[in-house]
Amino acid sequence: MNEARFRWRTLFLLGYLLFALLPIYWMVNMSFKTNQEILASFTLLPQQFTLANYATIFTDASWYSGYINSLIYVAINMVISIAVALPAAYAFSRYSFIGDKHVFFWLLTNRMTPPAVFLLPFFQLYTTLGLMDTHIAVALAHLVFNVPLAVWILEGFMSGIPREIDETAYIDGYSFPRFFFTIFLPLIKSGVGVAAFFCFMFSWVELLLARTLTSVDAKPIVSVMTRTVSASGMDWAVLAAAGTLTILPGAVVIWFVRHYIAKGFAMGRV
Amino acid sequence: MKPINQKAWWLVLPVFICVAFSAVLPLMTVVNYSVQDIISPDRRVFVGTEWFAAVMRDEELHSALWRQLSFSLAVLAVEIPLGIALALSMPARGWQASLVLVLVALSLLIPWNVVGTIWQIYGRADIGLLGAALAWLGVDYSYTGDATHAWITVLAMDVWHWTPLVALLCYAGLRSIPDAYYQAARIDGARRFAVFRYIQLPKLRGVLMIAVLLRFMDSFMIYTEPFVLTGGGPGNATTFLSQYLTQKAVGQFDLGPAAAFSLIYFLIILLLCFILYNWMQRVGTADREGAGHE
Amino acid sequence: MFAWMVWTTPVAVFFCCIALMLVGMTVWEIKSPTVLRKGFLPIATTRGDRLFIGLLTAAYINLGFVGLAGKLAEWLSLEQEPSIWISFAVSMAVLALILRRG
Repeated sequence: MNEARFRWRTLFLLGYLLFALLPIYWMVNMSFKTNQEILASFTLLPQQFTLANYATIFTDASWYSGYINSLIYVAINMVISIAVALPAAYAFSRYSFIGDKHVFFWLLTNRMTPPAVFLLPFFQLYTTLGLMDTHIAVALAHLVFNVPLAVWILEGFMSGIPREIDETAYIDGYSFPRFFFTIFLPLIKSGVGVAAFFCFMFSWVELLLARTLTSVDAKPIVSVMTRTVSASGMDWAVLAAAGTLTILPGAVVIWFVRHYIAKGFAMGRV
Repeated sequence: MKPINQKAWWLVLPVFICVAFSAVLPLMTVVNYSVQDIISPDRRVFVGTEWFAAVMRDEELHSALWRQLSFSLAVLAVEIPLGIALALSMPARGWQASLVLVLVALSLLIPWNVVGTIWQIYGRADIGLLGAALAWLGVDYSYTGDATHAWITVLAMDVWHWTPLVALLCYAGLRSIPDAYYQAARIDGARRFAVFRYIQLPKLRGVLMIAVLLRFMDSFMIYTEPFVLTGGGPGNATTFLSQYLTQKAVGQFDLGPAAAFSLIYFLIILLLCFILYNWMQRVGTADREGAGHE
Repeated sequence: MFAWMVWTTPVAVFFCCIALMLVGMTVWEIKSPTVLRKGFLPIATTRGDRLFIGLLTAAYINLGFVGLAGKLAEWLSLEQEPSIWISFAVSMAVLALILRRG
């Protein structure tokens, strides 16, 4: 009986992985082909293996600067999000104060607003402030959905830590900052990791705001990729190579946080 | 009970300022847009509720809303059970666990337009694996020509893209259950389903709430992926609310109607999320109280 | 500085009202803290919850009215579309009802 269940589970898992990885495999496969091969013949593996597509991306500044721009604003966004979310999440998980539940829900409503709604006001706001086409503009715009999420996740983690720990520390004469950084933060390390992962994820993949708020200097990779449609038709091979490269930073990040996820979290009082 | 401490407001203040700057100011602006006909910043006319009336009577919008609702419900109906099942079948420890975790999470970290591109390539009958395979099986498949095919492809893409989010959250929730719980269940001779219903599911409440709400909100504002894949077509088959809005706001630059539409859109999401949020919290409390009585 | 927000008087008044309402609720809360109670709404609510639900309902009433105004004028064969102030009055009454009895 146990044996059968184990086999069934493994089969299900393998089936899902097949479904999940085939589209990615196909893109990676295409990135090593030439355009002629893609359009002329249907091959499961590249017949004329080529790295030319990757060479294009790494030598052309308009391509690789896209990656650098994206990484810069994602990093800024991650740092700001976590920095402001930590104290707020602590307040929500430890104290009740006037309007706490409503402020919490209000924060969540910002996560619900479609970015398209904010597109034009953001454009006007950042033009007025002279922030258009800078990394900080995109990072600030992405705060709208990342800060609420970070607060939400961190609050869940913090609620899992018993309040007695805080009280003991205060009795032992710890000041709030000292307690927070030396005792509390290490305890919710995995929460910070998971929150940072989600911030990275949602900021890295967002297109609409990132594209609207930038033009040249801070142009992210996601909008660079939209220009591969040229007069001679789609440049499928370079597009596939660029797409493959956008997966890599994400894969690195997930590799770093895998322990925190595998360790488990339940979000909130259980 | 948590102690009452009004000073806690100081800790929330940074978040408050951040979000006020990047959400409240823009929202106020949107409200301003929605009651004016803006020809240029200096030439604008107050039109009252005219845009709201126009948007509310827009037939195209009604059908986009129904398409959106059915799409979001389909997304939840497929992704939540699939994600839970996936989390249950992922290995718990060892190198396999790490490997599977990374492989499963991969699709989450692909930029949305790349997701669209991947599926665009994948589904094409001439150069794509899926399209070619279906053609070989004798299915006349075309996501650009057939409305049903387009809809299913967008759904499949979303399932492919976002089920891992549900799975990761549930997986983390499952890992937080101490082994002692399972041992107790084994001693009681509990069946597999009973273990799931009374041990695993209650522990998953917190993470499932995040998963359901996130998936609902995000599928309700899906834009980039269908835009890249189908461009909203064929016809209007995959034109969802966000796309309709963006067409209006950026494409035709109709600030007023787009703003009125945004506010209505926001109200719809607000209501649905409020109901969902309260309902899930209530289910959670009921569950906990039930456990207390046993 | 705020020119980009293209302010109009009615919207400014609207947001001032919201802000005043929030301030008022806070002062009220300090003077006499709210208790969780169950009214005709399906969930137990505090004063703040009721205000939120009431405002949301009011918004929906006004929207529905605006959407249906054209049809209403047709059915009742009115000269022109009924004024938005009607639905505004109705929605405020509903808001008051929810605050008191919700």
